[in-house]
Amino acid sequence: MIKITVKLFATFRVDRFDIAEREYPSGTTVGTIVDELGLPREQLGILMVSNRHVDLDRELHDGETLAIFPLVGGG
Amino acid sequence: MVPLHESLQAQASDGLVSWPVQEAAAKEYSVTLAEVEEAILSSELLPARYQRNRQMISTSQQLQLFRSKVAVVGAGGLGGYILEQLARLGIGQLVSIDADVFEENNLNRQLLSSPAKLGRVKVEVAAERIAEVNPAVTLRPIQAMCGKSNGVELLTGVDCVVDAVDNVTARLELAEICSELQVPLVHGAIAGWYGHVATVMPGDTTLQTIYRHWKGGKGVEQQLGNPSFTPAVAASFEVAEVCKLLLDQGRLLRNRKLAFNLLHMEVDEIPL
Repeated sequence: MIKITVKLFATFRVDRFDIAEREYPSGTTVGTIVDELGLPREQLGILMVSNRHVDLDRELHDGETLAIFPLVGGG
Repeated sequence: MVPLHESLQAQASDGLVSWPVQEAAAKEYSVTLAEVEEAILSSELLPARYQRNRQMISTSQQLQLFRSKVAVVGAGGLGGYILEQLARLGIGQLVSIDADVFEENNLNRQLLSSPAKLGRVKVEVAAERIAEVNPAVTLRPIQAMCGKSNGVELLTGVDCVVDAVDNVTARLELAEICSELQVPLVHGAIAGWYGHVATVMPGDTTLQTIYRHWKGGKGVEQQLGNPSFTPAVAASFEVAEVCKLLLDQGRLLRNRKLAFNLLHMEVDEIPL
């Protein structure tokens, strides 16, 4: 198992959490966590691992931090 | 008749020229208020309306702002506040682009809207408002959607473009047009309690990074809508960036995005 710190922003916090350390099987991707948290893929804004922009297929490593922002496009 | 410059100089007090003097000069010399403003500023005097700018914006910088041309794409939630602030700042030439008319659901947040303006063309109302707020500023209203087909034509010759549109498609097209024209773009977007701002210099791919996972459609603003205060916050951040860009001051929001959350009162800086 690997430990990942997940940080959620804006609406993604509602009924979830702001920040949490969670355990996942090794080989877990960003997409798996997004789906496990029930975050609609069409609402995804920025995805970052340790301050770098990543895609859904990025594999996570023990101790990394994943930040997930929703898509904001209104004016 | 004494030359305009001399007349203004003689009537200035503490380097300031009052509005009645500016108006009277326009009549007496048969010139526009904008021409009088140019004459005041190029004589190293300051129209008195800018006296509270003075400690942070010098007279020569005020002249630089007056000689600048800024396009604001969108005249809704963000655009209304942005136009108002740019005009009060003293940007000499504004271009306001929007295809819409005011609807009742705009009234909770759009500065230019009011019950009396329902059904009226947004950019025409913008022109009237700006003429009332700062008559030395020229606003060119363009009732159109700014996109790939007309963007280059509409935005050629401006010093800076401000993104105040309400959808991702239009934003990405605007970024492409600005990149082609080599013009800086100040980006802002909002949804409910949340929003973000970033400045895109020619050659940067900031918006493509911000919307890298976008699959078409709207963001979370579709569920959240927008209240009265969020557009004002994002708009103010955007105008501060425009001011800095035009005066080459401070540190721009370049290669980083400022994301704000008014519900938890948090601001995050995200590297781009």
